[in-house]
Amino acid sequence: MSAESSPPAGGSPVASGRVPPGRPAYGFPRRWWAFLAEHPPPGAATVNRRWRSPLRGPWLTAMFGVVLLVGLPLVFLTGLLDYLAYSPQFGQAFPRDVGWLRLPQFDWPTRPSWLFRLTQGLHVALGITLIPIVLAKLWSVLPKLFDWPPARSVAQVLERLSLLLLVGGILFEIATGLLDIQYAYLFGFDFYTAHYFGAWVFVAALVTHVALKLRRMRTGLRSRSLPEELITYRAATRPEPPDPDELVAARPGPPTMSRRGALTLVGGLSLLLAALTVGQHLEGPWRRTALLLPRGRQPGAGPTGFPVNRTAAAAGVRAADTGPGWRLALRAGGRTVAVDRAGLLAMAQHTVTLPIACVEGWSTVQTWTGVRLRDLAALVGADGIAAAHVRSLEKAGLFKQATLQANQVLDADSLLALQVNGVDLSLDHGYPARVIVPALPGVHCTKWVAEIEFRSRTGG
Amino acid sequence: MGDLAARFRAAYGAPAGHLLLLVGAFTVAGWVALRLAAEPTSGRMLVWFVGAAIAHDFVLFPIYGLADRVLQRALGTHGVPASGPALLNHVRVPALASGLLFLVYLPGILRLGRPTYLAASGQDQRPFLARWLLITAALFLASAVGYVLRRWWAQRR
Ligand code: HEM
Repeated sequence: MSAESSPPAGGSPVASGRVPPGRPAYGFPRRWWAFLAEHPPPGAATVNRRWRSPLRGPWLTAMFGVVLLVGLPLVFLTGLLDYLAYSPQFGQAFPRDVGWLRLPQFDWPTRPSWLFRLTQGLHVALGITLIPIVLAKLWSVLPKLFDWPPARSVAQVLERLSLLLLVGGILFEIATGLLDIQYAYLFGFDFYTAHYFGAWVFVAALVTHVALKLRRMRTGLRSRSLPEELITYRAATRPEPPDPDELVAARPGPPTMSRRGALTLVGGLSLLLAALTVGQHLEGPWRRTALLLPRGRQPGAGPTGFPVNRTAAAAGVRAADTGPGWRLALRAGGRTVAVDRAGLLAMAQHTVTLPIACVEGWSTVQTWTGVRLRDLAALVGADGIAAAHVRSLEKAGLFKQATLQANQVLDADSLLALQVNGVDLSLDHGYPARVIVPALPGVHCTKWVAEIEFRSRTGG
Repeated sequence: MGDLAARFRAAYGAPAGHLLLLVGAFTVAGWVALRLAAEPTSGRMLVWFVGAAIAHDFVLFPIYGLADRVLQRALGTHGVPASGPALLNHVRVPALASGLLFLVYLPGILRLGRPTYLAASGQDQRPFLARWLLITAALFLASAVGYVLRRWWAQRR
């Protein structure tokens, strides 16, 4: 809050009840609203005069607004795609029961293999990149929060309440998202439930806000020329003319920064965050450029040194469970075939280079070798496959099992991998065997596989 | 008809479409609230939702506004000369960048959620504080170099 010590110039705009053209008039009951307006709490007038930045105004707000108007829907849509990538038709997307907010169901494709890498990478990276713009947009309108009177009609009361949904919503989504990708579940509630429903509350408020403000945004954008602002130095920077929403300060101070400087600053902060995020998807030394994110680090060296999302220790999988006694149980139509690792290695081996992309928005491309899932299905004589249920040695945890769709079982690149980059899987990467399916979220590429049950269309 | 619309508008303070849009937003929020009310952690969710807005509007915003004010006072008129580069902005920018990085990457820097972090990655969060400090130092250094160069350039002309 900018403190300003010089004495006020002229009468207080608050106490005089001056209504500039375009500002909403009092609604019903007029007398009550007028009474409220004429009885500001002590200090309200001072606060109003303290806003000095000559940059605040409808044009600047509209500039930030238009970027968010493009970016936030993309973040929302890629978030919904993340939900769909879990195959909600098998009841394995979280939150499980979403009532009216159920999404249209379809089989998540296996092509292109980088699909999930793209959608979820975009969700997280774009979400992070938009943070400075969200904060700048809030900065540009924040004086309105301290306005007196807080409302002049029921319409304004409701609109301000909806702004709580809008502002609370975006900050809630950002905060829970950021904590999730950094594995700090400080909030003590279920992330999926909160982030999913929070997104809908936010988006509903956003749609309303945009519908109410679109015209203002357009006028704002047209009120100045961007190319001209981009060549205007600090010394030549003048406040925008007074606007009906009173975004422009009543008594703007001298400029300390040009509009071009402010836009460069906000854009630069966005680029900084983006630059510190993309490394999560790169290989080799470039990965380290995600300096402050968990997935900027290679936990080890060599062919199995790439990041893991759940260690064997955390999953409670011990070396003893995965030793010579380990058998893969294949089931279909009441039959069971047990295969040991040597038996799997004796089958036709396929090598594919596929990305594995985590729901937390990081990914890595590795070269996997193993047996095709469809060959395993053939081994137990499964046909007319509708789905496959994969179980892990892991005893607890949300992802000790996953159901794969038919297209995911039958894809030629869908493997039960035994090796990665030419060597046996390490225990943390799922030894003795793990699932790898193109475009499937990493959490569903089950590790330490113990059993695969193929389900046919005819049941059984 | 037109009279009715005008009267509604005068009493409510906006056209009927305004009310319709707001009712839409509140319906979604209300439906979600009712649905989540049965969850044992719904109170926490509400606290975080409302708390996020309050923390931004009444804590973060006043803090950075005040910090900026203090900085402007401290630099006085040297901060923003009539011509040439503004020292003020060469302090503001790296400070803002460093503060933003701190906020976004706070869990790693402050080593919050250690057990879940370890379970997920098999690592600890030790490097992050030092990295953040180094990035901060680099930002201030780059800004200082930029300032010196710009001043030199401005004086040469
Ligand atoms: C910095 C900002 C954000 C980050 C870091 C972030 C992060 C994430 C992550 C990691 C997930 C995956 C959850 C999982 O499947 O394990 C996710 C899902 C999702 N996100 Fe975000 N998010 C952010 C902002 C947003 C915003 C602004 C919206 C809404 C407009 C949103 C909507 C969604 C939705 C709908 C899902 C699917 C929910 C689910 O799978 O339960 N996110 N987000």
